[in-house]
Amino acid sequence: MASSLDVKNIRKDFPALHQEIYGKPLVYFDNAATTQKPRQVIERMIKYYEEENCNIHRGVHYLSQKATEAFENARRNIQQFINAKETHEIIFTKGTTDSVNLVKTSFGEEFLQAGDEVIVSVAEHHSNFVPWQVLSEKKNIPLRIIPVNDKGELIFEEFEKLLNEKTKLLAITHTSNTLGSIVDIKKFIDKAHEHDVVVLIDGAQAVMHKQLDVQELDCDFYCFSGHKMYAPMGGGILYGKEKLLEKMPPFQYGGEMVDQVTIKGTSFNELPFKFEAGTPNVEAILGLDEAIKYLQNIGFDNIAKYEKRLLDYATEKLLKIEGLRILGTSENKASLISFLIGDIHPYDAGTIIDKMGIAVRTGHHCAQPVLDHFEVPGTIRASMVFYNTFEEIDRLVEAIMQVKKMFE
Amino acid sequence: MSIQEKATQIEEEFSQFEDWMDKYNYLIELGKDLPLIDEKHKTKQNLISGCQSRVWLHAVYEDDKIQFTADSDAVITKGIAALLVRVFSDESPDSIINADTEFIDKIGLKEHLSPTRSNGLMSMIKQMKLYALAFKTKA
Repeated sequence: MASSLDVKNIRKDFPALHQEIYGKPLVYFDNAATTQKPRQVIERMIKYYEEENCNIHRGVHYLSQKATEAFENARRNIQQFINAKETHEIIFTKGTTDSVNLVKTSFGEEFLQAGDEVIVSVAEHHSNFVPWQVLSEKKNIPLRIIPVNDKGELIFEEFEKLLNEKTKLLAITHTSNTLGSIVDIKKFIDKAHEHDVVVLIDGAQAVMHKQLDVQELDCDFYCFSGHKMYAPMGGGILYGKEKLLEKMPPFQYGGEMVDQVTIKGTSFNELPFKFEAGTPNVEAILGLDEAIKYLQNIGFDNIAKYEKRLLDYATEKLLKIEGLRILGTSENKASLISFLIGDIHPYDAGTIIDKMGIAVRTGHHCAQPVLDHFEVPGTIRASMVFYNTFEEIDRLVEAIMQVKKMFE
Repeated sequence: MSIQEKATQIEEEFSQFEDWMDKYNYLIELGKDLPLIDEKHKTKQNLISGCQSRVWLHAVYEDDKIQFTADSDAVITKGIAALLVRVFSDESPDSIINADTEFIDKIGLKEHLSPTRSNGLMSMIKQMKLYALAFKTKA
């Protein structure tokens, strides 16, 4: 199995992978929930606290300038990483949920009126579903929902039918966290733009697998989290087109985001600071910067190729197990598999798989609408990334056989 | 048998297993003995909803004793529910209110009562105590 990706060496970079759970070497297959962090990222955060820590953007002293420089450098690197046109189109947030909520508040509540319509898909994570549902109820903005087919793919023709002159926003996922389907978002974005519909993409499950180019996609907003791409928790990105961000009011109010404050009134800072009230999570952003360098070093092509091989191998092995059913069978899939074993409840399966030293996710994956569509209460999800191995997949298969033995 | 005696008995039963797999197999067997809730009581009102598994719980009060029946869609959850029902059923409201569930910890199943499991069992214990409190107030 030749590969230009040296898994053995890569694994050495991830301290958390080298531990025993219940006396067995840990197999970490819950990467879609959060990935482990490479030593380089952890060390970057330690370096920040040991050598650079101070509040950014507000001191003339040496440390403040140094930290501010590192922070703003990270913004430039992230801009280049996703190929945004302007550095100030990169807004630092807490994560995808925070990014979506920023757009819901500063765009949705400000510019959408009663009678306008918003389109989402049934395959959204709750974080790109509930904010729009709440907005819909609050402002009487009907929420239209793109269904999925039996493979778990968004049905483009159904989306076309939902589009009309009242549609103002399309908010869809780039990759389903539950089914793994990768959405051909370019097609959706172009169609939406023909109708002057603003498009927000939830990229939480996409950015770590494939090189992103927001200018090529031409999306209006793109949201993602650092912690799902080997970076610390608590740091995420909202990319937005300048012309939209410029006209949107601030999301939160406080320090950092102001220009002049008098007792009579306040004027606000310019982009991107207008949307970054309060002290930011500096170490998370510096860690994200480092994580991106780490990924670029391995190479996204290498990552994509290896993860595809893991997915194909796991799919083949799992499908050989009698009674095992995979939800989400699109040909264009991220390296995650949601499955059910006969009639065995995911909680029972997950408990035993855990006891075998394997971390998988069970439950509804914060995506209840799509599970309702498939009429199941939950699934078991194994999500694999480039530091996982084929041997680990074999161990998952063994664990599933044990589950079958105990519950069938 | 008092709550404490029943709990001790369960601890003894589980102490014979060294292997986690045997313990879980026993738990699965115990789930089969759970006094099942009558289908007519398997209502939305009696459902304790968790994100991972669901538990239904019903209680009746007769001669100063509470009798519980329950069910769950997951087998392991059902097994633990069976243990809780065995310990708390046929007891007075007062003894249920004052009882602890340390035996679950002692037999090595504590993780199932962790809030992150979200399997309805934590809420099941709370609900059993609420029933006890309600029956006591009514009595």
